[in-house]
Amino acid sequence: MATLSELDSKTLLVDHGLPVLPERSVPTADEAVQAADELGYPCVMKLSGDHIAHKTERNLVRLSIGNADQALDAANELLAAARPDDGDVTVLVAPMVASSREFIVGAQRSPEFGPVVMVGIGGIFAEALEDVAFRMLPATPSDFDAMLDDLRTDALLGEFRGEPAVDRNGLVAVIESVASAMVARDDIVAIDVNPVLIRDGAPIAVDALVELA
Amino acid sequence: MTVDLQPLFEPAGVVVAGASTHPGKFGFATLHNILTCGYQGNVFATNRGVTPDTPVEILGIDCLPSVRDVPDGHADLVYVCVPAPAVPEVLRDAAAVGIRAAFIASAGFGEGDDADGAAIGAEIVKIAAELKLAIAGPNGQGLVSTPASLCAQFVAPWPRRGGISIVSQSGNLASGAMNHADAGGVGVARAVSAGNSLCLGVDDYLGWYAGDDETQSIIAYVEGVGDARRFYDVLAETSRSKPVVVVKGGSSSEGAKAAASHTGSLATDDRIFDGLLRQAGAWRAPDVGAAFGAAAALGVHGHMRGPNVAVLTNAGGWGVLTADALEPSLVDLMTLPDDLHAQLDEIMPPRWSASNPVDVAGGETRDTIPAALRILAEHDEVDAVLLLGLGIQSNTASLFRAGRFADEPDIERICAFHERQDRLYAQTVVDVSAATGTPILAATELAIADPANPGPATLRENGHPCYASPRDAVAALSALYARGRFLGALR
Repeated sequence: MATLSELDSKTLLVDHGLPVLPERSVPTADEAVQAADELGYPCVMKLSGDHIAHKTERNLVRLSIGNADQALDAANELLAAARPDDGDVTVLVAPMVASSREFIVGAQRSPEFGPVVMVGIGGIFAEALEDVAFRMLPATPSDFDAMLDDLRTDALLGEFRGEPAVDRNGLVAVIESVASAMVARDDIVAIDVNPVLIRDGAPIAVDALVELA
Repeated sequence: MTVDLQPLFEPAGVVVAGASTHPGKFGFATLHNILTCGYQGNVFATNRGVTPDTPVEILGIDCLPSVRDVPDGHADLVYVCVPAPAVPEVLRDAAAVGIRAAFIASAGFGEGDDADGAAIGAEIVKIAAELKLAIAGPNGQGLVSTPASLCAQFVAPWPRRGGISIVSQSGNLASGAMNHADAGGVGVARAVSAGNSLCLGVDDYLGWYAGDDETQSIIAYVEGVGDARRFYDVLAETSRSKPVVVVKGGSSSEGAKAAASHTGSLATDDRIFDGLLRQAGAWRAPDVGAAFGAAAALGVHGHMRGPNVAVLTNAGGWGVLTADALEPSLVDLMTLPDDLHAQLDEIMPPRWSASNPVDVAGGETRDTIPAALRILAEHDEVDAVLLLGLGIQSNTASLFRAGRFADEPDIERICAFHERQDRLYAQTVVDVSAATGTPILAATELAIADPANPGPATLRENGHPCYASPRDAVAALSALYARGRFLGALR
């Protein structure tokens, strides 16, 4: 079993329609600072590599980077945290998205059910809330839409803490992109898009992990 | 591919292989149940003790020594009670005399770690394919088919005839669902205990029920479905023609947790199964009673065209509890549109609630409830009506009748009036829901607390369910709404 880097995971899923941020993948701290200057502040930096599956647990994410000095420190820290068995690594630089709600979209190839797709409440409480809905794949757009009705915490889809309601079709499109990749590639074991953040109502994937057989 | 189960559920004749003289044995009880429940086809029984010199008669049937002695073409179904090692021969004999279906009640076909039994099981699978036999079981209680007056099972009950068909991986849960038929007001068409599903599985029964004219709605109790993809495909196909209510046993067992991904660790079998059911358009019920309540509403009323529920009550508290039950459900306590409000205002007592729940507040005349039911059900924006308080008047009457003043003047007259009113209310539920196509459900604890009460009793006589609580009725309404949504039939 192998995982793709965040960058390669996103590239694969973007081909199936996953909405992501304009982000840069660069090998050095200097280039990371230049990318941050171009994308604007505040920004986010993450260490990306084929063998890095869980960045949060390894403290490989830097949020709310406000200026070039902070960007340089962050990039140096991340590159220094790379381990030999991480293989080739890069720094991913992306604009910071402020979002008070997070969703998770994923897919899994189950021995009993075959390929299935999932949507749920994401972020750090995903596994505590366990508020998720599944469908067998392949499925229709109306199947994907109906998944959102299955969520118990459906209040998060409406207007929330001064933010507009979630663009429902946009979130369905995220589910569809993950489902499409799963159906197209037999060698994909699992996909995590977590979190999916909501910017001005529009869902946008800020992290992704594809696991191959 | 749909397996033809006509010989199983509509056989021209039945053979009990391994009939017994002992009332404690399967082979006696099944023969008894077939004979006593009114089956009109040929009935044969075999008993290995029969010789030319020693006839064996059980319940008036002269037993044959072997299934091979059944006249050719006189039976379609053999109910098998003989021990496992003798079963293959019974099946071959059966096919030789034109029998096309078998129900194997016996066990011992490799359940657990029995290699000999497993070999016999494998032989039976081969026989089924070679001789084109539809084989149900083994290790099941039997089957019921009310249109054929057939009770081919070694247990009770013999349910009233109706439109609910049942398939269960637990024999007693098939009985459990059937036991709701008399109290629940809606009867059973077919029921089968699938047993260990050596040949025919839950999907085969679902597939056949889908095309069965006697079946209005289906209850399936499943624990494991084997090929989940095939189960999904058959369930989705069946749901297009018939509503299916599924009870899943073993839902608390967790799937594999050792997963690298968040999705993997959240992907328990039960959650995926839940999604599978929704995707296939099936309704999931937490237990057999709830399944019966949903299947009854689906069979009688079909579906709702939208989420709008109007509640009609003559008791305030029940209305409040119903509003509470509706809040987290799929359906809504609708706001009364102005024109509907105005129509009601004309026939309601002055102190009515003037909102939904529509509470007559004890001020009704003899015509108020029927008139209000009509107005509500006929309105375009009302998708279902829930009637509360049915039977209250008859309950009052029963205490009058039981009391020591029963002979006082006018007591009998007022008792008869009360009971007539409850019958009228129930009859209006039946007639108006049929005339308008708007589902009308009734909920009253008297449905179980006083089953003879003329209100609930009149509903049952007409093949309508009567729910024991608002919560039960709201669950059934949710199933009707989900059905409308699945069919794309919402306004």
